[in-house]
Amino acid sequence: MTEAPKQAPAPAGRANTKKELPEHLKAYKHVWVVIECEHGAVHPVSFELLGEGRKLADKRGVELAGVIMGSDKDVIATVANDCFEYGADLVYTITDPALAHYRNEAYTKAMTDLVKTYQPEILLLGATTLGRDLAGSVATTLLTGLTADCTELAIDDEGSLAATRPTFGGSLLCTILTLNYRPQMATVRPRVLSMPTRQSGRRGRIVEHPLGLLEHDIVTKVLQFIADRESNKAQLAYADIVVAGGLGLRSAENFQLVKALAEVLGAEYGGSRPLVQKGWMTSDRQIGQTGKTIRPKLYIAAGISGAIQHRVGVEGADMIVAINTDPNAPIFDFAHLGIVADAIRLLPALTEAFRKHLSVNRLAG
Amino acid sequence: MHIVVCMKQVPDSAQIRVHPVTNTIMRQGVPTIINPYDLFALEEAMRWRDRFGGEVTVLTMGPPMAEDSLRKALTFGADRAVLLTDRFFAGSDTLATSFALAGALAKIEQEFGKPLMIFTGKQTIDGDTAQVGPGIAKRLSLNQLTYVARIVDLAPEEGHITVERRAEGGVQVLSTRLPVLITMLEGVNEIRRGSLDDAFRAARAKIVTWNAADAGITDLTQCGLRGSPTIVKKVFAPPPRAEKAYQVATTDLSMEALAETVMGEIFKRQTSLEGDLMRFSAGQ
Repeated sequence: MTEAPKQAPAPAGRANTKKELPEHLKAYKHVWVVIECEHGAVHPVSFELLGEGRKLADKRGVELAGVIMGSDKDVIATVANDCFEYGADLVYTITDPALAHYRNEAYTKAMTDLVKTYQPEILLLGATTLGRDLAGSVATTLLTGLTADCTELAIDDEGSLAATRPTFGGSLLCTILTLNYRPQMATVRPRVLSMPTRQSGRRGRIVEHPLGLLEHDIVTKVLQFIADRESNKAQLAYADIVVAGGLGLRSAENFQLVKALAEVLGAEYGGSRPLVQKGWMTSDRQIGQTGKTIRPKLYIAAGISGAIQHRVGVEGADMIVAINTDPNAPIFDFAHLGIVADAIRLLPALTEAFRKHLSVNRLAG
Repeated sequence: MHIVVCMKQVPDSAQIRVHPVTNTIMRQGVPTIINPYDLFALEEAMRWRDRFGGEVTVLTMGPPMAEDSLRKALTFGADRAVLLTDRFFAGSDTLATSFALAGALAKIEQEFGKPLMIFTGKQTIDGDTAQVGPGIAKRLSLNQLTYVARIVDLAPEEGHITVERRAEGGVQVLSTRLPVLITMLEGVNEIRRGSLDDAFRAARAKIVTWNAADAGITDLTQCGLRGSPTIVKKVFAPPPRAEKAYQVATTDLSMEALAETVMGEIFKRQTSLEGDLMRFSAGQ
């Protein structure tokens, strides 16, 4: 991907005009999605990508394949079926003890071998810590183009992958093509694309491939994996629900109301930058440009005015609920649901409403 | 121990404006800064230098004015600064950037000694790609450690390093052999202020400035626009959100009733949420 938009018009004759693909790249067909499967679970972004990949493959009139790498053949068989039901026509699998945990070296080798052997025209990965680590290495090994963190994928009139992504902290969007190289690679962040409908009973083909690498030859070793649920740290960036407070809460004591709601929702809590400066919370919970960027399904902002520095950190949220006494607060410009009210009074009521609703339904269930 | 930190000078994104007609970035008057993520890399590099002795070289590729960022890094306490600048590099995408930087790093090894660690920030704030670090690692055949939250153990003599790496849903503890390329996670340290001595030294320091030929980069077909497989087809401002927030009517409602209404509106808009919460609640 491009580090920054190129402003200057390109000189004539360079690669930005569609030429006929070099002969050795013409054989590249089909759309692939790398299926992230660690610790026995598939990252949802992989299924989201299959949904999008299905559309791209249909538009191109080619097949959609999932790539599953791992060490447990039962898990891989299960995940293969998941892929078919989410739209894949076939899956490529590599089963090897060396693939038990993600490691750049082994996964890069596996991916580049597969690409060279079966030649996809489009290769999609999740913009996760795994996907970004792997995509950069694979693209550099194959010397092809890679577009990071796309928010929209399409096939243009000439059949190329048109990948649109935000840049400069979201102040601009750019559409990027990889014309004369294959595969065309792109990563997409989790929850940017919608989850496709699962088609129960849909099946496909499995193509097995060897890793061709011995544990002995892999330099990097995984000593341990510490799952987040076993540690005590703030996991704002990865949380599904985040409740945050701002100066509108008026005191450190009232900030506890944010924590109380977060607890009922199983959410992470955080706040805007001034709260760190006032010592109401630690800096690892700061949300915004100089703090954490979050992408939850639900973000509740209580007493936060919504300055641009805060906005860029939360814009990726699926749904932003803003509570503020000032009807002209900038946060209402980008929130989905706005409530002009005093958060200090509404937060406890919300906490109680959710608590009641969830316990009633738990008893009923 | 020689450590290199790759940095980028970026426009301060909080102040970026887009020209309403041409949809191009208005760079005039926008202040430039060291990519904030790179400061975590720089501080980490200097801490390990302080512990084991040695030198920290900062490297950047960019226009001549990127010298400002390098000088700033010297005031923080870096020992040497290298600027790679050449019009042949203009318009580089990440693949072409990693090619040029890998070339300069090879030259740095020749001139100033082999680095055991090369650091970058986890990504830049203008491009946001996080691809150049892995690109450099691949080109120089370095072991790659991305999203490093903590260096647990470093043994330069034995050539070993152990780190905690941010992964999906947890932290991987990885051990590997030096030399390595590390991309540092944000928020893991705080850049030092730098001493008065550093400030004086930085003001007088000579920035090592190389063009492609100086850096021994001869294959210009892999540089700049020509060496970039990706092509920016279109740059445009995001369409403004059509509608403002849906305002929940608050008059004539008790707080309890208002809370019920808000909860209902949330569940109505995010249909999967209620089920998720039930499952969470049931698991408690």
